[in-house]
Amino acid sequence: MRRNGSSLSVDTPFALVENVKGAIRLAAIDPAARKQGLVPGLTLADARARVPELAVHDHDPAADARWLDRLSEGCGRYTPMATALPPDALLLDITGCTHLFGGELTLVADAVKRLKKLGMATRFAFAPTSEAAYALARWGKGGADDEEEAVRRLPVAALALDAEKELGLRRAGLKTIGMVAERLRPGIAARFGEETVTALERLLGHSRRPLGAFPKKAAIHAERRFPEPVARTEYALEILSQLLREAGEELYRRGKGGRCFEARFFRADGLAKKLSVELGRPTRDPEEAMRLFRERIDTLDDPIDPGFGFDAIRLSVAIQEDLPPSQIGIEGDTDRESRIAAMIDRLSVRLGRNGVVRCHPVDTHIPEACQRLVPAIEKPKEASWPRPAPGEPPRRPLQLFDPPEPIRVTAEVPDGPPWRFIWRGRDHRVTLFEGPERIASEWWRSPRDPLGETRLTRDYYRVEDSEGRRYWLFRHGLYAREKRNMRWYMHGLFA
Amino acid sequence: MAFGHAPLDGWLDGGLKRAQLHEILTENAKDMGAAAGFAAMLGLRSQQGDGPIVWLRTRDAERHGGRFHAAGFAALGGDPATVLLATFPNAVGMLRTAVDVLRCSGPSAVIVECRGNPRAFDLTASRRLTLAAGETGIPVFMLRLGAAAVPTTADTRWSVQAAPSHALEAKAPGYPVLVLTLLRRRGGPAGKSWLAEWDCEQRCFRDAALSGAMVSLPPGRQDTDCEEKRLVAIG
Repeated sequence: MRRNGSSLSVDTPFALVENVKGAIRLAAIDPAARKQGLVPGLTLADARARVPELAVHDHDPAADARWLDRLSEGCGRYTPMATALPPDALLLDITGCTHLFGGELTLVADAVKRLKKLGMATRFAFAPTSEAAYALARWGKGGADDEEEAVRRLPVAALALDAEKELGLRRAGLKTIGMVAERLRPGIAARFGEETVTALERLLGHSRRPLGAFPKKAAIHAERRFPEPVARTEYALEILSQLLREAGEELYRRGKGGRCFEARFFRADGLAKKLSVELGRPTRDPEEAMRLFRERIDTLDDPIDPGFGFDAIRLSVAIQEDLPPSQIGIEGDTDRESRIAAMIDRLSVRLGRNGVVRCHPVDTHIPEACQRLVPAIEKPKEASWPRPAPGEPPRRPLQLFDPPEPIRVTAEVPDGPPWRFIWRGRDHRVTLFEGPERIASEWWRSPRDPLGETRLTRDYYRVEDSEGRRYWLFRHGLYAREKRNMRWYMHGLFA
Repeated sequence: MAFGHAPLDGWLDGGLKRAQLHEILTENAKDMGAAAGFAAMLGLRSQQGDGPIVWLRTRDAERHGGRFHAAGFAALGGDPATVLLATFPNAVGMLRTAVDVLRCSGPSAVIVECRGNPRAFDLTASRRLTLAAGETGIPVFMLRLGAAAVPTTADTRWSVQAAPSHALEAKAPGYPVLVLTLLRRRGGPAGKSWLAEWDCEQRCFRDAALSGAMVSLPPGRQDTDCEEKRLVAIG
């Protein structure tokens, strides 16, 4: 792969290197380097000795995979079934899509042209199964009219078996797929294993593997293609709001509402930019969704860059829910609940999904674990918080320190209530206290420690100091039974 | 928006105004528990039905003053499911979001919490909050911990301190008692302190002096009844 933007000319041999067992070896090479006689796996020192002008770059498989994913997203313009086939291939299921582009060859020519603009050297092949298509693109030399004949001419390496089996096949004199295919299958299975037969069958198109990992196609989507690329973002957004209106009408016809909208902006150079917005309750109001899209664009670090222009925009409703038709009030205004939902949506788009949260109770006695923050945009689950008994002052603080802050405490007896304590460098004298409220460790949650010996019990005290401030302290560990040297912590502040 | 505390409501002509900015300060950072409690109590007082209380705070304030504990909010008489929380790395983004939230007319109260005197919270920022609150009629409480008073457009400015509670049996601390000092009030006299106790069941304040033994004011604070300030209302 040669990335666009590198300053190298096409004629300079180029290689990607990686560190293998302490030696720097070539991981991938370009055609110019291959012409000079280099092969992947050679050490860099040897390669440099043979080709001094070799340009070298670090191999970054993760970045390659990300790039491949972006490319496959961009190929969504041809078929919804486009996926990346790491490390170096894109797989497009173009069944039933070719007539839109005037035949499969024109479709591929268009894709190759776009990829070439991005600086990619490409090979392509058509076949009835994904394995065969990949093998033909990877190993095929062309020259055969018939796809099956071309597959039969492929070397056995195209079976993608492990090195040992491949060597075994070649030692047995079976150099091409055709030669293997002529043998009886039970014999091959006995000698080279069941998977060799499976790979062979798939390559020949006799059996198929289900295609996986395709992005699920949204049931409702609207799309606009432009004869000339659109370079103005404002116009692109105007088109997006039209698409939202179309999708809204379709949603209305089906009695549904969208909870997640995805917009894809396909750029003329083959890349695609994806934006998605989520709502707390289903809607089909185009204005509402468009507001969120604008909000989303405002929060982007890199505003959507049209590059050479967008040549297609697609909107899909990723999540939809039932939304029966409703009547608008006489004054035309919306109810309070929907205003709150709209506020949460806007905040969630601006601050991120986890930016606005509400508390959800967790069934535990450990104070710092008894609440979970859930995104406010999610539907609130039915959950009840323990109501305080009437006639009782608050027994839990409003502000909780997590982690608890260590304090120094003077107590009359080691397992008695605190008498004085020092917190953040200030001395506090306890005048009123209530406790201990004993909270045992959850030994049942630690399978390695069934008796809970390494977890300590906490004794909580609600105290008030001489200035009237109310605190929540705890002693960590039971004196003499669990621990000799007591540690005290400040865990919360009462009002 | 009445406090439920007769002398206080009488002084404020029926309580705090909705659709206004109210400031809560603590000069002493140690009173952050009391200040956060007072803000939560005011939020509960202004809550109408299920309208959420939106509590925005800076990360700095959360680190220093502890995080929101839902069980404690429930213990004060509130429903934690109606509280929406958001934390921000700085005050600028928080104030911007607060204005947006106020314009949405859904929530029943907005609490904005930060530490010290952030430069972003100036006369302009407070004016924006006041205007936004005025549009939709939502009260906004600006809670500033360990801060000094700066010129703002707040309708009222309060200083909060914790005060000794009325001990229950076996010397247990009782209901929260706060010393509320009205530092400033637009269009009315200020400079008076009250002792108020929070009633968790009724979700209202009551006069702490009446409900139990007399509690003396904390040292360093004199009863300001005698030296009543008169302020000129501007704007």
